[in-house]
Amino acid sequence: MSTLLEVSGVSVSFDGFKAINNLTFQIGPAEMRAVIGPNGAGKTTFMDIITGKTKPDDGHVLWGEKSVSLLSMSESQIAQAGVGRKFQRPTVFEDQSVRENLILALKNKRGPLAVLRFRARQQDHEKVASLADEIGLQSALDRKAGELSHGQKQWLEIGMLLAQDPQLLLVDEPAAGMTPAEREHTTDILVEAAKTRAVVVVEHDMEFVSRLNCKVTVLHEGSVLAEGSLDHVTQNERVIEVYLGR
Amino acid sequence: MVDMTSTVEPIRKPLVLRYPSVAIFLIFLSLFTAIITVLGEGFGIGLISTSFIKTLGKTLCLCLAALAMDLVWGYTGILSLGHMAFFGIGGYAIGMWLMYARTEIIVVDSLAASALPPTAQEISDGIATQIFGVVGASEFPPIWAFAHSLPLQLAAVVLVPGLLALIFGWLAFRSRVTGVYLSILTQAMTLALSLYLFQNDSGLRGNNGLSGLQNLPGLDSVPQSTVSILFFWASALALGLGYLVCAWVVSGKFGSVIRAIRDDQSRVRFLGYSVEAYKLFIFTFTAVICGIAGALYYPQAGIINPAEIAPIASIYLAVWVAIGGRGRLYGAVIGAAFVSLLSTWFTGGQAPDISLGFYTIQWVDWWTILLGFSFVAVTLFAPRGIGGLIDKLTERRAPDRHGADLGPDLGSLREKEANE
Repeated sequence: MSTLLEVSGVSVSFDGFKAINNLTFQIGPAEMRAVIGPNGAGKTTFMDIITGKTKPDDGHVLWGEKSVSLLSMSESQIAQAGVGRKFQRPTVFEDQSVRENLILALKNKRGPLAVLRFRARQQDHEKVASLADEIGLQSALDRKAGELSHGQKQWLEIGMLLAQDPQLLLVDEPAAGMTPAEREHTTDILVEAAKTRAVVVVEHDMEFVSRLNCKVTVLHEGSVLAEGSLDHVTQNERVIEVYLGR
Repeated sequence: MVDMTSTVEPIRKPLVLRYPSVAIFLIFLSLFTAIITVLGEGFGIGLISTSFIKTLGKTLCLCLAALAMDLVWGYTGILSLGHMAFFGIGGYAIGMWLMYARTEIIVVDSLAASALPPTAQEISDGIATQIFGVVGASEFPPIWAFAHSLPLQLAAVVLVPGLLALIFGWLAFRSRVTGVYLSILTQAMTLALSLYLFQNDSGLRGNNGLSGLQNLPGLDSVPQSTVSILFFWASALALGLGYLVCAWVVSGKFGSVIRAIRDDQSRVRFLGYSVEAYKLFIFTFTAVICGIAGALYYPQAGIINPAEIAPIASIYLAVWVAIGGRGRLYGAVIGAAFVSLLSTWFTGGQAPDISLGFYTIQWVDWWTILLGFSFVAVTLFAPRGIGGLIDKLTERRAPDRHGADLGPDLGSLREKEANE
């Protein structure tokens, strides 16, 4: 199987504290992966490295068929290359309408001059409408995002992520603050997305992870502790010791 | 599953119709211009003095600079405290030509009386002696190389502020300098420029500055009452066009991106937009607007000297925009017009002194203090400024901040729910 993203031997330390220690990780072009680990295991730092927010001290991060290094690219270049990220707490642009939020995220040219000349085309409107339908915000398109409830903001952010049409989705605790029905819908969207692209889900909630029914990577103290099916890793003694507790 | 009625592409109406405030503003500006023309001396009944027409014309230029400030601060969230430097550079650029061309006419006239026709060198030396006598020099500094040409100096009005902003912005934004550090850096820029110009060997006549700019070369026969109206029209036209261009920039997706940068720039980065490129674009664009505004302002003021680009000038600009209302173009214009005219009234000695018996409040001295208090009051109690009153009428709604503070860029409409 070819790989979309290959992280090898990556280390990063903050003031002497090794947040990521010789981490190696691979994911294919159409694969779902759950990343779990106790607090401080380095899950967020791991995402920061892939998205270019944090530069590692050591190691390689290679992307795509041509294996270009992501380390020399800026956050915006990495995002344009096809890495989309959803943050733990919803970060939508509250002062702007749901429609404006979605149009911002739509996959179009990103340069200032192109954006200055931008006029939404028929297909853009259709895309926005179908996304709004999928995330249940079709009647809220012209409302300000700041007026939405917490759960709706989560949905809007998922919608923005899909609008970017990335090859790799990094999703940080997508189900936080959602009702059971909404969680189910989120699972459906993520599973559907993973058919055509790579999805990495960071999650605390084991029940949610089991529902994703995918390969699991367990992080601990900045490196991979175990990898495999959920059943496989939950039977690993080291995993039980550090994560599941006794 | 997709509702087809919502996917039909909406017919795009002209900008003026989509944003009624643009049309209302342009109508107001035209009416104002017409009324002042009728009341003025140049072409009208002469109820308004020429000097007041000049004050109004200058005010329109300040409004244009405030528009630029609103774009860079109110919309993009970059609290630049150095934009009046670009305004001053625009003034210097046009002032050099005005001074050169007018002195040239005088020198040629006086040399025409001599027996032999003067050589080009003699004329040049004559002009240089006239202009630089006050700083003890008699040769043209290299910076005056293009002063003889109006087109070149007009190009400098746009290019020099633009280029300076481009270089400064590139260095600052590339290093991700933001917030209060960027404000300090822009203050340092305008202070450095002003201190440099204060030196006699800066080539721009040191603290004397450039003077006599109200006299247009070759138009000595045209009375100032006419010239003042012409400049008033030019300023009104520049403000109207500037308003249209700014409204176009902040409408649509570009406006959406810059407001997003103001509210959460790292999120915009993860959407794939180069935040630095957008900031640089806005910074440079607004510097050019300020340059043009300055080039229209100083011929009406008649004199420019380095004190005009002291750091305080740029702070005033921010105060006007804050009092008028950030993040809306008409707010900036209202703030600049209201506060600068009020300032003219107070500092012009027209405001009656208030006698408290034991102490007399003289507004010439106390105006700045009043302005300072009103700035604090607006920031604390009416963060949306005078423009917020218009919201009361139209019931425009802004997100409830749940008491979250306004952040280092005071004013920008941001809402973090991190603590919820």
